[in-house]
Amino acid sequence: MFRKKECVAMLLAGGQGSRLYALTEKTAKPAVSFGGKYRIIDFPLSNCINSGIDTVGVLTQYQPLVLNDYIGNGLPWDLDRTYGGVKILPPYQGKKGADWYSGTANAIYQNLEFIDRYDPEYVIILSGDHIYKMDYSKMIDFHKKMKSDCTIAVIDVPIEEASRFGILSVNEDGQIYKFSEKPKEPDSTKASMGIYVFSKKKLFDYLIADEKDEKSSNDFGKNIIPAMLAAKERMFAYPFSGYWKDVGTISSLWEANMDLLGSDPALVLNDESWRIFSRHEPNAPQYIGADAVIENSSVTAGCDIYGTVKNSVLGSGVKVMKGAVVCDSVIFDNCVIEEGAQVNYTILDSNVRIGKNATVGVDKNTARGVTVIGSGIAIADNSCIADDQMISEVKEG
Amino acid sequence: MTVAGLIFANIHDACLPELTARRTMASVPFGCRYRLIDFPLSNMVNSGISKVGVIAHDNYQSLMDHIGTGKDWDLARRSGGIKILPPFITSYTSTTAQRLYTTRLEALIGVTNFISKSTEDCIVLSDCDTICNINLSDVIAQHERTGADITIVTREFEPSEKFRPEDVYSVSSDSNNVITDISAYNANEYRSSEISTNIMVINRIYLLGLVNDAASRGYIDFYRDVLSKILQRGTVYAYHYKGFFLKITSLESYFASSMKLLGEDARTGLTSVEGRPIHTKVRNSAPTLYKEGSKVANSYIADGCEIEGVVENSIIFRGVKVGKGAVVRNSILLQDTFVGDNVQLNCVVADKDVVIKDGRNLSGHTTMPFFVSKGTIV
Repeated sequence: MFRKKECVAMLLAGGQGSRLYALTEKTAKPAVSFGGKYRIIDFPLSNCINSGIDTVGVLTQYQPLVLNDYIGNGLPWDLDRTYGGVKILPPYQGKKGADWYSGTANAIYQNLEFIDRYDPEYVIILSGDHIYKMDYSKMIDFHKKMKSDCTIAVIDVPIEEASRFGILSVNEDGQIYKFSEKPKEPDSTKASMGIYVFSKKKLFDYLIADEKDEKSSNDFGKNIIPAMLAAKERMFAYPFSGYWKDVGTISSLWEANMDLLGSDPALVLNDESWRIFSRHEPNAPQYIGADAVIENSSVTAGCDIYGTVKNSVLGSGVKVMKGAVVCDSVIFDNCVIEEGAQVNYTILDSNVRIGKNATVGVDKNTARGVTVIGSGIAIADNSCIADDQMISEVKEG
Repeated sequence: MTVAGLIFANIHDACLPELTARRTMASVPFGCRYRLIDFPLSNMVNSGISKVGVIAHDNYQSLMDHIGTGKDWDLARRSGGIKILPPFITSYTSTTAQRLYTTRLEALIGVTNFISKSTEDCIVLSDCDTICNINLSDVIAQHERTGADITIVTREFEPSEKFRPEDVYSVSSDSNNVITDISAYNANEYRSSEISTNIMVINRIYLLGLVNDAASRGYIDFYRDVLSKILQRGTVYAYHYKGFFLKITSLESYFASSMKLLGEDARTGLTSVEGRPIHTKVRNSAPTLYKEGSKVANSYIADGCEIEGVVENSIIFRGVKVGKGAVVRNSILLQDTFVGDNVQLNCVVADKDVVIKDGRNLSGHTTMPFFVSKGTIV
C-alpha cells in the first residue's frame, strides 16, 4: 500500500563510527546512547515526525542488531504507519549479485526503488551522527521557494574550526558556487550539516550517472555535490541557527552531554514544542536516598541514587551506592557504581559495574582525556583505571 | 488455562472525592508516573493475559486518554487487547440491567456480552485500588490445581487500616483454603484477619451463569447476594497473598500510601520487581534536571522535572518544577505542578497543573494533608 508522499527521508545509519572506539564495538553509531534516555538516531527520527515527514528509510550496514531492535516498527516515533512509516533498508542480494553500500551515494542508489514507490517530489538525506533539533519542513519550503535542485543545510562555525568541515561558499541570495571538503584555507564559515534536500528527478539522474563512473567513490560530499556544482545546477545553502553538534568522537560526545547541564543549558530537551521521542523501558521512578547529593546533573527513570552525583548525565536504571562519587561523567543505562567507588571524567557504556572502592578516571582539570569503559564490563573492587583509558574487554587475571 | 481480565474502573470513586472529582479511580495518579489502573493492568499483562475489558461508569475521559490504544501495555491487538466498556444504557427501557449500574454485580450484568463473547476458560476480576505486584500466574495455577469455581485473593490487613464497611469484605477460610465465610467488614466485630482484595479468578462459563441468574432474580450485591450463597458448594477458594499491598480508602490513606513508596520494600516489592515491570503511558519526558543549588533527599521523582530547591520525603510527578530557594517537604506534587521561588510546602497534595506562586507557604498535617485541586493558582 503506497500513497504519494511529498517528501521521503533517507537516513544514513550504516557508519561504523570508529572514532567512538569501545562504544561502537557492538553497536552502530546511531544507536549510541545520548542524554540519559536517548540514542543519537532519536534526533533525526524525532525531527522527521515533528516536521511532518512520516516516511523514513533507515540505511543500515554496520552492526545493525541493536539498531534494528531499537527502531523496531517505529512505534516510539509514531512511525508505525500503514502508509509510509520507518523502514530498515539493509544491503541486499539482487539478481546480478550482492553489494555492500560502498558510499553514502551508493547506499541511496541501491534503494532508489524504495523512494520511487512513494513518488515523492523531494528527498531529504539525513545522517545519524548529529544532535540537533531542526524543522525540516522549513528547509523544504526554502527549497521550493528558491526552485532549488539541491539544498544543503549550513551552520556558521568559527573560522578557526572551519577546516574540519565541508565548507560552502555562497553568493548573496544563498546560491552555492563552491564546495570544499575540509579546506586548509577556508573562505567561508558556512559548514555543511550533512542534510540535503534534493528534487527527486535530479537526485535520481545524478545517482545513476555517478554509479556509472567507476572512479567515483560514490559519496555525496566527494562526488554528487561537486558534479552538480560543475553542471551549474541550482544549489542553495539553507542557513540553520541553533544547537547542532557532531558527536563522532569521544570528546564531542562527552561535551554534547554536558551541554544539557548548567543554569542555562545549550541544549534543552524538556521542550513540549519539539519533543525528542525514544524507546522506553518501563522503569520505576528515580529514588533519591536520604544521604544522596545531586548537583547540576541529569538523572533518568529507574535510577537509585544513594551517593554523590555532580555535573553528570545518568541513563536509566543506574545505581549509585552509598559513598560512591560520580563527577563530570556520562553513565549509560543500567550501570552500577558500588559503595565507595569514584568515577571521574568518564563515559561508562551500558551495564558496567564499578566495584567497591574502585577509582575510574581522574579529575577533569588534570586528566589527559575521557576514560571510556565498554558495555558489560565489570571493574574489580579496589582497582584503579587511569585517565584517558579505553577499556573494551576484561583482562584475565 | 486461558484467561481474560476485567477491571472495574470506578468502583471505589467515593473513597477519594478530592482526586476523583474529574476522573475515575482507575485514572487517579499515583507514585510519580503511574495511574492506579497501571497496577492491575500490568499484573494481568505480566501474567500473559492479552485481553482485558475495563468497565467504566462515568468521568472516564481521563481513563480513555491514559489507555489510548493500549499499546503502552502491549494491548493494541487485533484479537483481544484492551477494550473500554462504557455503561450500556438505552433510552427506551427501565429494567435494572439497563440503568446506570451502582454495584459490582450490576456492572458485571452490564458486560454480559463481553463475558459470553470471550472464549477464555476463566476471567480475572480486579478493582483499581489494588496497588500491588502480584504474580497472577500463581493464582491461576492454584485455581486450576484445586478445581475451584472461584479463587479470591485475600490478604491480612493491618490494624491501622481504616475501611468503609461497604467497601471491604472479611474472608474466613479453612486449612484447605476453602472459603467458609464472607461478610462485610465490621470494625467492631472481629471475624477474620483476612480481607478480600477483590482480585478473583472465576471460570468464565460459571460466571456467566451467576450473572444471568442474578439478573433474573434482581440481585444487587455480588458478595452478599451471590458469593455468600454459593460458599456451601465448597468450590470457592482463597489465595493468601503475602506481598506488598496498598489500598487507598481516603485522601489521608492516599497520602500515607504514597509515603510508603519511599520505603525499600515498596521498591523491591512493587515498582522494581525483576521481570514484572509496571507499565504506564509513555510521555516522552526528558530526564530530570537537578540544577545548581538543588538538595534532594529520600524522594521518589519522575522524569521531566526541573529542581532548583530543596525536596525531602516527597513524591514528585512528571514535569514538576521546583524553584530556587523553595522547600518541599512530605508532599505529593502531581504532574506539571509549578512551585515558584522560595515557596514552602509541607504535607501538601497538589493535583495536576497547580501553580504555587513565589513565596507562598502551605502546610497540612500527615492526618490531614492540604489538598490543592487541579489547575488551581495559589
